[in-house]
Amino acid sequence: MSQNKTAAQIVAAARSEQKITTPELITNLFTDFFELHGDRVSADDAAIVGGLAYFEGRQVTVVATDKGKTPKQRVAKHFGSPEPAGYRKVLRLAKQAEKFGRPLLAFVNTAGAYPGRTAEERGQGEAIARCLLELGQIKVPFITIIFGEAGSGGALAMACGDRVYMLENSMYTVLSPEGFASILWKDSKRADEAAEVMQLTPTALLKQGAIEGVIAEDADHTKTLAAIRAVLRRELANLENEPLAELMAKRYERFRKF
Amino acid sequence: MKLFEEANTLQNKQVKANKAAEQKVPAGLWIACPKCGYEIFHEDVGLFHECPQCFYGFRIKARERLTWLVDSFEELDSQLDTDDPLNFPGYQTKLTAAKQKTELNDSILTGIATISGQKCALAIMDPYFIMGSLGKITGEKLTRLFEKATKLSLPVIVFTASGGARMQEGINSLMQMVKVSNAVAAHSAKGLLYISVLTDPTTGGVTASFAMQGDLILAEPHAMIGFAGKRVIEQTIHQKIPDDLQSAETVLKNGFVDAIVKRHEQKKYLARLLKFHQGGGKTDVTE
Repeated sequence: MSQNKTAAQIVAAARSEQKITTPELITNLFTDFFELHGDRVSADDAAIVGGLAYFEGRQVTVVATDKGKTPKQRVAKHFGSPEPAGYRKVLRLAKQAEKFGRPLLAFVNTAGAYPGRTAEERGQGEAIARCLLELGQIKVPFITIIFGEAGSGGALAMACGDRVYMLENSMYTVLSPEGFASILWKDSKRADEAAEVMQLTPTALLKQGAIEGVIAEDADHTKTLAAIRAVLRRELANLENEPLAELMAKRYERFRKF
Repeated sequence: MKLFEEANTLQNKQVKANKAAEQKVPAGLWIACPKCGYEIFHEDVGLFHECPQCFYGFRIKARERLTWLVDSFEELDSQLDTDDPLNFPGYQTKLTAAKQKTELNDSILTGIATISGQKCALAIMDPYFIMGSLGKITGEKLTRLFEKATKLSLPVIVFTASGGARMQEGINSLMQMVKVSNAVAAHSAKGLLYISVLTDPTTGGVTASFAMQGDLILAEPHAMIGFAGKRVIEQTIHQKIPDDLQSAETVLKNGFVDAIVKRHEQKKYLARLLKFHQGGGKTDVTE
């Protein structure tokens, strides 16, 4: 388990090439996935994959960041860093989920929102702010699984719901350990040291109450998938039994305590 | 051996004369506007601390803004203190210095104000408190202000100024973004008015949360408003970005700000907008 790993080792494992991928998660956890494109405003951001699917026979809406596999995909997807259009797609699909009364399941593995010229011009800040304001209020169960990196506001925009779980080898940070080290010590090479100070591991975050649980990870991805499936099954059952007013009150409290 | 006495050359004599002149004018009396370069005699920035040429609003402390903005102000939550959740090296020293400099307990001043006779909940961020970064207490004070305003059916005005998240508080800083957003949503659901005024600089996690959540979003002339830092963008896309990419004027042109309001006109315009929305709010909030 992750307790035996240093924070720097967890950072490396979170970014590893062996990490379970978005297509793997979607094909194995769900059936009949039907991908939906576009934000209905300006673009379709390839860094976000979203659509309709069945999870163990029930309808759900799935949204996920995707780093891509081939070099070409990775460029198109900005290595999984969404543009404003990506966040607007997430919000559009979330509102659709709310309209049809199905849960929203989000999968996050992103270094953060894409820092680019066009991203600024199209309102990266506004896109994330709107997610926090409106996605956080959707009246259906909303569960997030962090399965690699979860960098800053760009990850938070998809983790503002009822439950957040993290895979054992994943991290959730306010900025990258490299950025942290370069701001604090003017030396990005001290990232390993920064990782320790930052308390970015799932165990540390669980202790701080930022997440609900840690999911065991295995080199054999079928085992990891089974563990994720079990968590989703259990938490969906819990949340779907919750009266709406209680669900919303508890969600408010989930963040109010910080 | 020198061929001639260096100090006697014409050039050095002049330098010497200039140096003496400089000594008669203590440093800081002349200020160059960081936006338009205009040289301003310090008294000419006036009460509002703005450039007389381009109307850039110089960075000012939260308490300084109060002096010309409100008729009355009743401060709230001035005693809360962060618990330094990460036990971060050197953070306490930094906090102590920031508190002394700004006379605040954290990077935001909150309270109930009257502006031209109209009551509102008011928050002002202070760029001199660890770069106006969003810490636990910043988020807590702001959340409490929105919750109070919701209860009392008051409009909220927030002046933002921030470098973004406070990294010394780790994930706690990030969680403030959702905590405040949820309080904004509850306030909004009651039909109440929220005006955000973006001042120099408004960036990172503050732009990506409450700064961009106002019903009305105003900005000060030439204020830097953005999400990612300029250096981060240039390192990512490997090209120079224009200096005005994140200026209030560009952000307005791109559709993310309602209006740019010069500092000396802010009280007048805020009063007008508060008046326009008077009597707002739903009396029945049951679903």
